[in-house]
Amino acid sequence: MLAFIIRRLAQSLFVMFFVAMVAFLMFNYVGDPVHQMVGIDTSFEEREALREHLGLNDPALVQFMRFIGHAMQGEFGLSYQHKRPVADLFRERLPATLELSFVAALLALVVGVPMGVYTGLNRNGFISKLFMTFSLIGISLPTFLIGILLIFIFAVILGWLPSFGRGEVVTVGVWTTGLLTQSGLKALIMPSVTLGLFQLTLIMRLVRSEMLEVLRTDYIKFARARGLSNRAVNFGHALKNTLVPVITITGLQIGSIIAFAIITETVFQWPGMGLMFLQAIHNVDIPIMSAYLLLVAFFFVVINLIVDMLYYVVDPRLRIDLGKANGH
Amino acid sequence: MWWIRACGSIWEKPMDTEKLSPRKGWRIAATMRRLADSDIFYSFCHSPVTVIAALVTLLIFTSALTASWIAPQNPFDLASLDLMDSHIPPAWEDEGDKRYLLGTDDQGRDILSTILYGSRISLMVGFLSVIFSMVLGVSLGIISGYAGGLIDVFIMRIAEIQISFPAILIALLVDGVLRTLLPDAHSAQLAIIVLVFSIGVSGWVQYARTVRSSAMVEKNKEYVQAARVIGIHPVLIMTRHILPNVMGPVLVIATIHLAVAIITEATLSFLGVGVPPTQPSLGTLIRIGNDFLFSGEWWITIFPSAALAILVLAVNLLGDWLRDALNPKLR
Amino acid sequence: MLKVENLTIRFDTRYGPLTAVDDVTFEVRPGEVFGLVGESGAGKSLTGQSIIGLLDPPGYIAGGQITLEGTRIDNLAYNHLRALRGRKIGMIFQDPLTSLNPLYTIGKQLTETILTHSSMTNAEAQKQAIALLTDVGIPGAGERINCYPHQFSGGMRQRVVIALALCVNPQLVIADEPTTALDVSIQAQILSLLKRMCREHGAAVILITHDMGVIAQVAQRVAVMYSGRLVEIGDVRQVVKHPQHPYARGLMGSIPSLHHQVDQLTQIDGTMPRLTDIPSGCAFHPRCPDCFDLCKDKRPPLKKIADSHIACWLYANEAHHAG
Repeated sequence: MLAFIIRRLAQSLFVMFFVAMVAFLMFNYVGDPVHQMVGIDTSFEEREALREHLGLNDPALVQFMRFIGHAMQGEFGLSYQHKRPVADLFRERLPATLELSFVAALLALVVGVPMGVYTGLNRNGFISKLFMTFSLIGISLPTFLIGILLIFIFAVILGWLPSFGRGEVVTVGVWTTGLLTQSGLKALIMPSVTLGLFQLTLIMRLVRSEMLEVLRTDYIKFARARGLSNRAVNFGHALKNTLVPVITITGLQIGSIIAFAIITETVFQWPGMGLMFLQAIHNVDIPIMSAYLLLVAFFFVVINLIVDMLYYVVDPRLRIDLGKANGH
Repeated sequence: MWWIRACGSIWEKPMDTEKLSPRKGWRIAATMRRLADSDIFYSFCHSPVTVIAALVTLLIFTSALTASWIAPQNPFDLASLDLMDSHIPPAWEDEGDKRYLLGTDDQGRDILSTILYGSRISLMVGFLSVIFSMVLGVSLGIISGYAGGLIDVFIMRIAEIQISFPAILIALLVDGVLRTLLPDAHSAQLAIIVLVFSIGVSGWVQYARTVRSSAMVEKNKEYVQAARVIGIHPVLIMTRHILPNVMGPVLVIATIHLAVAIITEATLSFLGVGVPPTQPSLGTLIRIGNDFLFSGEWWITIFPSAALAILVLAVNLLGDWLRDALNPKLR
Repeated sequence: MLKVENLTIRFDTRYGPLTAVDDVTFEVRPGEVFGLVGESGAGKSLTGQSIIGLLDPPGYIAGGQITLEGTRIDNLAYNHLRALRGRKIGMIFQDPLTSLNPLYTIGKQLTETILTHSSMTNAEAQKQAIALLTDVGIPGAGERINCYPHQFSGGMRQRVVIALALCVNPQLVIADEPTTALDVSIQAQILSLLKRMCREHGAAVILITHDMGVIAQVAQRVAVMYSGRLVEIGDVRQVVKHPQHPYARGLMGSIPSLHHQVDQLTQIDGTMPRLTDIPSGCAFHPRCPDCFDLCKDKRPPLKKIADSHIACWLYANEAHHAG
């Protein structure tokens, strides 16, 4: 178990290292940091002084090491556009994005998995076909279109829900939450549905196809041939085997929710990291861009680690093989 | 007891002794003949949804291609625009105008015409991105599968890292970086090239993985060794042999990828980092129209949205069907 | 005990219905090992699956009936069918590597089956499972019961599968190619285990195989299938030593004998027809060395000749005389 964790950690570190390198290259070589930081009337000498001060004349390797060192302390310098520490900006916006992503992910899982199981088991039923049609529309409608459509119906025509913003938020320690106020919850409905819908349909289709695959296997047939009840076969044997691949891909999907939040946050003017990232792209605010990249990568790596652990719990083959591997 | 085995091997002769020889001359003719009689053609004709999807796709493709002839107006010819005609609702509304079936936007552009021109840009970017991805992915896949070793590890590691990030994020980043590096990226043509490049780069992994596994199988076959002996570069030979083998899966990936590429383009344009408003794609149109949604001028954004949704849905349906039809397991 | 009468299994395809099993009739007596042989695609596995009600769609029973101890079982409602599976009829599949659920311990899979069909307590079921595993020759069954399938070798897994098929004492076990996926060295062990276990549990066996050698080794009676039809059915000695139907003769000719030196093994020319174009008359006639005009026009009925039943025009007259 320990060796397994260590190996996964090493892989995660490699990923983080690679992403950090990309972020560093962006930070240092895309545009001129000095040029972005100073006004037009800054003299050449002043610029050079700043350059020296920032360490931009040091060897690339030294700069990279320094970049990583700073990144690990959560320091990404000043935003060109906001003229404030990037870390502070992210700290303010992180809760909004995480809350939105969490609710969306929950929605996708809680609705998507049962729908997938159902359509897998009754593949020719009317409701299954309805679900499948619905899911195809779900993956065909771009996220922003779903958002616009929801706004059009529930905000413009019906006027039930707010079309933008986060509603009232309450500050709990360092965290600002919209989950505790009525307007905050109301404001959360449309964005989380928008963000979760695509993942929901993906998860549903994935669970369905895995379920169909598993139902074709010999051990399911054998379980039926032994007279086990449909319930035991479908929800005991089949579902458990379906979960193994589903966990992996679902994990990745949940991770990508944080990145997809960029679009949802833009449509609903949700004050999160994604919206800030997009503004940073418009304004070529490289520190924010590279920090965002690293942060998202970090979330991915963490989620991946959790997924690996779950995998390990569910699949005995993995446990034993690794046990053997450790023995050598 | 060896003879039990021996009998077994005599017995279990495959029923299908038909051999497919990849001779070039009759391959095309044979392919056509096979197609007409194939399960694929059959399943196509017997799936009304697929037929409708194909017809819709065809309709959108042709009307996009012939936009300059069939569109009632050239929305980008400033001379033909009349600001007096702006903000007109669709023809069937009370204040509608017969000349503008789907209404006009704030600059007096006919919505129907902008949709026709817009889908042309959307489709162009979509197709070019898919082709770019395909070429990149297939070549990297063959190189990775054939070379093996460090090159393989390197390419596949990058693929692994990239695939764990959503394509849209990769495209956004590449787009953002390129825009910074290229000073006049805001010119329409360059913007489209940047867009194609970013979407293309974000989608190569799937092609590469499919082709790589096929290449690894082929690599060890005798004819590749033989080719090396007679001095033909094995990669050339493999390309010729692998490509026909992976055509099916690659085609499926490409079809589904086309839908994804169109969505990605629309999303980037909607986010304001795609094609500029001077040459709007469907995504740009939706972005522009979105500002008027609250003032009740819904047609400016809803019609392009519907066009985009129908286009993507139709392509997705085709891809879905193709995947099932080419997957022998599901038959 | 088990009677299969005029069983016909069809698949509806776009070329129209394909008849994969055509008018098959046979009987399995209590406690015997009944062999069902034929090439792959001859319909023998489908026949087995239809008996236990596990025919995969789009295949369906288009005619005939199956009775177990006088009760029809081919048209049972799901609940009755389920009670029958495992309890009255057990099944063993070809590949032990894929027959067991990789995510459950073998103990769990055994007790689960036992508990489904009996009112035992968990502890009793556990005990019986261990006894069964010991019986099929799993050493250290008490500990191994908590192991997962992948921790066993192929042969061991097939032993577990046999234990699973027999754990609630069915009267009939359908063994579909139980040794094909195993190493040759293990095949004989598993076969004799299967034979012993069934004898001890008083279960009859339908042994489905393409391997005449296996049949000769363990079966008492045998039915030969060709293209979905029965061509010869009878006592195993009779069929193996003195096959009558030209196809069965061809089959036996392809087995090398340990006792007689032969220069060349005979082989049957050609391949079995596809289901889409089964020849007219006797399905075997294009490959038959003794074919004559009648064979091409009319399908031969299954006639009793001596102790066997044979579907071939060559023997039609003899049958007539005998009758």
